[in-house]
Amino acid sequence: MPPGAAGRTTTWLIAGCVVLAVAAYLSLAIGVIPIPVHEMFSPDERQWLLLRTTRLPRMIAILLSGAALAVAGLIMQRITQNSFVSPSTSGTVEAAVLGVLIATLALPGLSLLAKMGFAIVVSIAGTAGFLTILQHIRYSDPIVVALVGIMYGGVLSAITVFIAYQRDLLQLLEIWTTGSFSAVLAGQYEPLYLVLAVGIIGYLFADRFTVVGMGKEFATGLGVSYDVILRVGLIVVSVMAAVVVVVVGVIPFLGLIVPNVVSMFFGDHVRRTLPITALAGAGFVLVCDVVGRIIRFPYEIPVATIAGVIGAVVFIWLILRASRRPGATR
Amino acid sequence: MITVRDLSHAYHPSSKVLDDIGIDLPPGQVTALVGANGAGKSTLLSAIARLLTPTSGQVCLDGMDVATADPSQVAQRLAVLRQDNRISARLSVIDLVRFGRFPYSRGRLRPEDHAIVEQCLEYVALGDLRDRFLDELSGGQRQRAFIAMVLAQDTEYVLLDEPLNNLDLVHSAATMQLLRRAADELGRTVVLVLHDINVAAAYGDRIVGMRDGRVVVDGPPEQVMTPPALADIFGMQIAVHEVHGTFVALHWSGHSAPSAPSAPTPVEWAL
Amino acid sequence: MGRVRHTVLGLGVAVALAMLAYLVIDVEASWSYALDLRSRQLAALVVVGAAIGASSLVFQTIAGSRILTPGVMGFDALYVFIQTVIVFTLGPTALQLMGIPERFLLNTGLLALFGLILFRWLFRAHSRNLFVLVLVGIVIGALFSSLATLASRMLSPDDYLTLQTVLFASFNTVNLQLLLVTAAVTSVGLVALVPMLRSLDVVDLGRDAALGLGLDYHRAVTRALLLVTLLVATATALVGPMLFLGLLVANLTRQVVPTHRHTILVPAAAAVGVICTVGGQLIVTHVFALNTTLSVIVNLVGGLYFLLLLLKAVRL
Repeated sequence: MPPGAAGRTTTWLIAGCVVLAVAAYLSLAIGVIPIPVHEMFSPDERQWLLLRTTRLPRMIAILLSGAALAVAGLIMQRITQNSFVSPSTSGTVEAAVLGVLIATLALPGLSLLAKMGFAIVVSIAGTAGFLTILQHIRYSDPIVVALVGIMYGGVLSAITVFIAYQRDLLQLLEIWTTGSFSAVLAGQYEPLYLVLAVGIIGYLFADRFTVVGMGKEFATGLGVSYDVILRVGLIVVSVMAAVVVVVVGVIPFLGLIVPNVVSMFFGDHVRRTLPITALAGAGFVLVCDVVGRIIRFPYEIPVATIAGVIGAVVFIWLILRASRRPGATR
Repeated sequence: MITVRDLSHAYHPSSKVLDDIGIDLPPGQVTALVGANGAGKSTLLSAIARLLTPTSGQVCLDGMDVATADPSQVAQRLAVLRQDNRISARLSVIDLVRFGRFPYSRGRLRPEDHAIVEQCLEYVALGDLRDRFLDELSGGQRQRAFIAMVLAQDTEYVLLDEPLNNLDLVHSAATMQLLRRAADELGRTVVLVLHDINVAAAYGDRIVGMRDGRVVVDGPPEQVMTPPALADIFGMQIAVHEVHGTFVALHWSGHSAPSAPSAPTPVEWAL
Repeated sequence: MGRVRHTVLGLGVAVALAMLAYLVIDVEASWSYALDLRSRQLAALVVVGAAIGASSLVFQTIAGSRILTPGVMGFDALYVFIQTVIVFTLGPTALQLMGIPERFLLNTGLLALFGLILFRWLFRAHSRNLFVLVLVGIVIGALFSSLATLASRMLSPDDYLTLQTVLFASFNTVNLQLLLVTAAVTSVGLVALVPMLRSLDVVDLGRDAALGLGLDYHRAVTRALLLVTLLVATATALVGPMLFLGLLVANLTRQVVPTHRHTILVPAAAAVGVICTVGGQLIVTHVFALNTTLSVIVNLVGGLYFLLLLLKAVRL
């Protein structure tokens, strides 16, 4: 980091932590039955029941989903060496949705875990397809990759909508896929813990992801097997995205903007930035959720909508910033 | 010792880029690969560095076939820097140089790794800029950072593909001096692709000239820097003069004419 | 040149056949009723096909890229957003009180305005980078979509219902007034394109070459973009989002008609557009028995075609 930036960054970090703490409290406190501050740390039996069955699971689900999508985005950006790639601009998420749809139609009555497994498999296939396309196209500007990813995702989406329309599942599909935490209950969200395990794997491979992020030739020159690491990254990303899609739904832009903003301040050394990105992702989703619950209390606006608005604005800012620098790859 | 045997490569069945190359690269020299565009210099370098799998032939590094050997083992003996080294990853100088230690440390740096990184940073005079991000540096500084990384890899062989592209006169000279010192003081074997024959003559111990995928000339500068040898490589009549002990080819100043005795003599060229 | 002429002739025949087939195949009820309904639908399909086809081809020429299309630029999301905002701010009755032509003109006008602002702003700041433009357009589309959802969640359930009913016309029940207005605007737009066609040949060579040949590049491109925006906004206001239609039609046209001359390409693109929309709806009606919509089919086919293009290493 350049000198002077360290101090500035620390200020931001502290501010971030404060915001996070407040958001965490609000997340647990807000609801039809509000829990004031002084009772939060010694709740009575009714409040504890509430916390245990809905509020805490909800918060944990939020933190895990946010961290998972942000880290998935980070890893994806490194292995494709492109800042505009993310699970939602590469077909990964759309493939997962397609997987859920197919699982529901073809094998009804499947448990949540089985559906998730299916979604993971289709997600891996979809992402692999995207990576294959990337290797074939010739392009002059890295932004093209994002466009291709979005269109590729659009194709997968079109297939999904086509099938759903045939089976009259269109509305249901929309409800499933809009990322929302309002239905999170203890006993239903536990599969999300899978992202912890996968995240640890991702962390163990962090240095290799950074090396791969320097390009195939650097990777080979340093003795890292580019293809193997690419595949590991592919699987990590697909699993994370698919798990979140199945349990929570689609939260747009998260995997795109969080790693980019973190990279602006901290660079691309994955071992260093992975924990920061995870925290930032978790925090971002937490804040979006709280906002969504406050704006039109007691009705809830899904996280996906709020994240869609904030995320889009930040994304546009990132694009414009990138295109202003000459020969920018970022 | 790097031995290349029967090396051929064709990107399409009809166009052979490397044609049955056999060459030995013993340790302890600065060897320059020169030739016209499309002669196959970069392809040869890539094949030696196992960045490319040739259509046929073999490259052996200290007896190991680079295509089948353990990648880490190869990486501990051979380091390569390609032409286009703009990376999209946002790394600081010191992070980059530290990654040069990856074949040994696999990410976990020991005290000796840190020491080597420090030395390399000092060697390229980037100690003060260690925490800067690469995209904040000038072209010359960035090139030095990459050279530091390659040096930190602490390999016997250092392969570079046109390291002077995009560098101005001052930085070109500085880079070549750095590489020369790496060979003389640190005992590295440097193999580099150069498009300027004069740089090769000034700094190289050995010049390998290629044309149409074959090695046509191979020897020390005094042997290669002669009009007949240069004509073999470039297909041009080039005058050569010796200036303060260095050979200089005057390929730009109208003192040359396209050879090819079968073609009609373009008299105007010689003027 | 003979080949071009044959292809163009072939296209003309295909268009006529498609239209005829649409009107005539499988008429179950009385002929006069069927023809009346179908000719209205057909007219809508023709208008949309021609508008999207011509505008997409022109846009690709200006942009210099085969994967760009104005259809992705978020116009449909903006349309929804505008309606939502009107209902949100002026109440549901405001929309209903407006006559259909007035509503259409308001929508098209706002959409065209948005398009112009977007193009001019980005064009100026990042003069050569149309990828940025399209990407920003896509994201703005996503933004509007989210904002529209946000706004609709803030509406009362009754207002929301009203909103739903005015949102998109379907091809099946096309309002005659709306159709006439749309057809008029589209015709004007297409006719206005004609004098520009030869300049577009030069624009196709790239900015630097065009300037070198003495073309007022900036002016030519701005005028063309204006018309493209108008045509796209019109089609969107009529039938809604068809993400891949423009992409499909523009690329297909260039593949099928082997010429670089826009005097032939643009009308050909309009024809191909018509064939795609009419043919597509024919397939939807008779093969899928209306179990799907035209936009789904178009997105599916167009999207797959796009992927094929990518894999054939077309330079993007």
